Amino acid sequence: MTSQLSFEQPSRYAALRRVSQKALVRHSAMLPTLAAVVILFLLFIGAEILLKGDFVTPRTMSALLLDNAYLLVLAVGMTFVILTAGIDLSVGSVMAFTGILGAKMLADGLPAFIAIPAMLLGGAAIGLLIGILVQYFQVQPFIASLAGLFLGRGLTFVVSQKSIRVEDSATLWLQSTRFRFGDWYITPTGIIALLTVAVAAFVLHFTRFGRTIYAIGGNEQSAKLMGLRVGSATVTAYVISGLCGGLAGLLLTAYSSSGYPRNGIGTELDAIAAVVIGGTLLTGGRGYVVGSMVGVFVYGTIKTIISFMGAEQAWMKIIIGALLLLFILVQRVIVARSGAKS
Amino acid sequence: MKAFLHSRLVWPVGFLILLIIINSVARPEFVKVTMRDGELYGALITILRQSAPLMLVALGMTIVIATRGIDLSVGAIMAVSGAVALTIIAESDSPGAVSTVLIAVIVAILVSMVLGAWNGLLVSVFGIQPIIATLVLMLAGRGAALLITKGEITTVNSDPLAFIASGYLSVLPFAFFISVAAIVAIALVERRTALGMLTESVGINPEASRLAGVRSRGIIWGAYIASGAFAGIAGIIYASNIKAADANAAGEFIELYAILAVVLGGTSLMGGKFSIAGTVIGVFIIKTLESTILFLGIPSAQKPTFFGAVVMVVVIIQSPRMRAWMRKGKDGVLNTLIRRSAASKQAEEVAS
Repeated sequence: MTSQLSFEQPSRYAALRRVSQKALVRHSAMLPTLAAVVILFLLFIGAEILLKGDFVTPRTMSALLLDNAYLLVLAVGMTFVILTAGIDLSVGSVMAFTGILGAKMLADGLPAFIAIPAMLLGGAAIGLLIGILVQYFQVQPFIASLAGLFLGRGLTFVVSQKSIRVEDSATLWLQSTRFRFGDWYITPTGIIALLTVAVAAFVLHFTRFGRTIYAIGGNEQSAKLMGLRVGSATVTAYVISGLCGGLAGLLLTAYSSSGYPRNGIGTELDAIAAVVIGGTLLTGGRGYVVGSMVGVFVYGTIKTIISFMGAEQAWMKIIIGALLLLFILVQRVIVARSGAKS
Repeated sequence: MKAFLHSRLVWPVGFLILLIIINSVARPEFVKVTMRDGELYGALITILRQSAPLMLVALGMTIVIATRGIDLSVGAIMAVSGAVALTIIAESDSPGAVSTVLIAVIVAILVSMVLGAWNGLLVSVFGIQPIIATLVLMLAGRGAALLITKGEITTVNSDPLAFIASGYLSVLPFAFFISVAAIVAIALVERRTALGMLTESVGINPEASRLAGVRSRGIIWGAYIASGAFAGIAGIIYASNIKAADANAAGEFIELYAILAVVLGGTSLMGGKFSIAGTVIGVFIIKTLESTILFLGIPSAQKPTFFGAVVMVVVIIQSPRMRAWMRKGKDGVLNTLIRRSAASKQAEEVAS
């Protein structure tokens, strides 16, 4: 009996090691995302020490979701596009355009149930335009979405040159309502952002469309030869990104209770940075929407820490640039290590 | 090969000529050039003068894009360069002296080259994707520029500095001569030596060119340094034009316009073959378009809509699908055949 055990045990360990190694290779795409999670925790711990226990409080954590709800939604849409090895530079101006469009419609006395769908449709329409340019006219995503960026930004100023206040009760409700759990709270905008992440994760991992998105990013030619509907999936990815832009426009309008035409300049880069920090590769086919969420939280945490410390605008830009670099280097080291092992 | 290059430039040139014709029909004063005190003035001359910063940035961008890269940090480098130059001039005892301005310009260009080298280090040594690697400096660079100017807009009163952007050398603006010098320099270096071909080979297939013994690391690094240097000169021209260093507004969106100019000129963002003449024409298209928009009386805030629409029309016309339609009608099978033969032809060229 004992001899049998001692005979069996090493082989069991070997099997375990084999399994774990297999898992590492099979899930190597997860490593950068896991690294982002680790980095987020380190950031929390660092901030906690730096600010003497004043950072990881229910209030700051709840505000983190609240302040970054719009960026979270943008990053979700961006993840779809980047997974197909594309890029969408238009999201910042789409958000500004739909935001001011909604604010204008509400100010003109239209009810929210007309204004909100109009915002979403406006975003989706610009996304559709970019998608058609990319898929059917083979315009490079960078350039097609750059045209979308210009178009959206200009349309924003066509709608209004000035900031418009929002006094619609339904829109303000999204922001001002606080569902409390002790000291924690969540607003409807936060719930919408989290729901967007959940729906996107479901779509990407449990539907045919989601698998097609990954396949396109992995190798578009192979995906085509496999008979996957590459064309419609690519266009849909851009439509989803535009739709998320529209939704982010709604969240931002609710958040600032106004529409402002200069909103969201450079936000597309924030979204791309968050997606990259979250472990999605710009070459497509690898990455997770949950990773992008972690990336947004990392980004938001850094901004919170910097504003807690009272640093000025110039240092804010330098620190964010430096940290972005740090994340990318750390990820590269991790991915290179895992690649060497497998 | 020459005919192939020619055909690629047909669309951009045609579009530029069309723009000029539309403009001169709509407002005859557009093509009018007047001589005043031995200096030429007119809408066309203004375009030549104002296109200098974009021209420099776009030329650097062409080389970076040819190596399959992209440089988003050019606007930030412009801001840093302007801040460095104007801070030196403002703090010197004789801001009006030619030597002060010369030293400021040289230091600013050197700093810009160091920033370019930093981009090149991240891309070629650490292997970070160019769009992200240069995004780092794009975010941090403006912060550095703000630190240099201490968060203010540094203004100086210096005649030699003002001469760079608004002075005249004989009958034409000095800034135009800077553009021409940059075009000639880059054309000579890239086309009269093997460097251009090596750059293209790195862009077409980095791995194959490495195996063939091309020192891709140095070539990529050099491309980013060149882009940084050109952006630095552009930053000085910008600062000279407004006689001030504005860390926030200098070179805002110029990376997007420069990339647009390169693509309008027929260079693919996928790297490889590049066209300097195409980029030059792309820059003139953008600047003429801006002048047209101004003339049409569209509020400058709404300018981007018009721009976006024109860009979409141009890229659709340039797209392979549209070309195939125009050549052979709406036949899907023929389309793919054309694309395939084009691809194989390219492969042959690469092989040879």
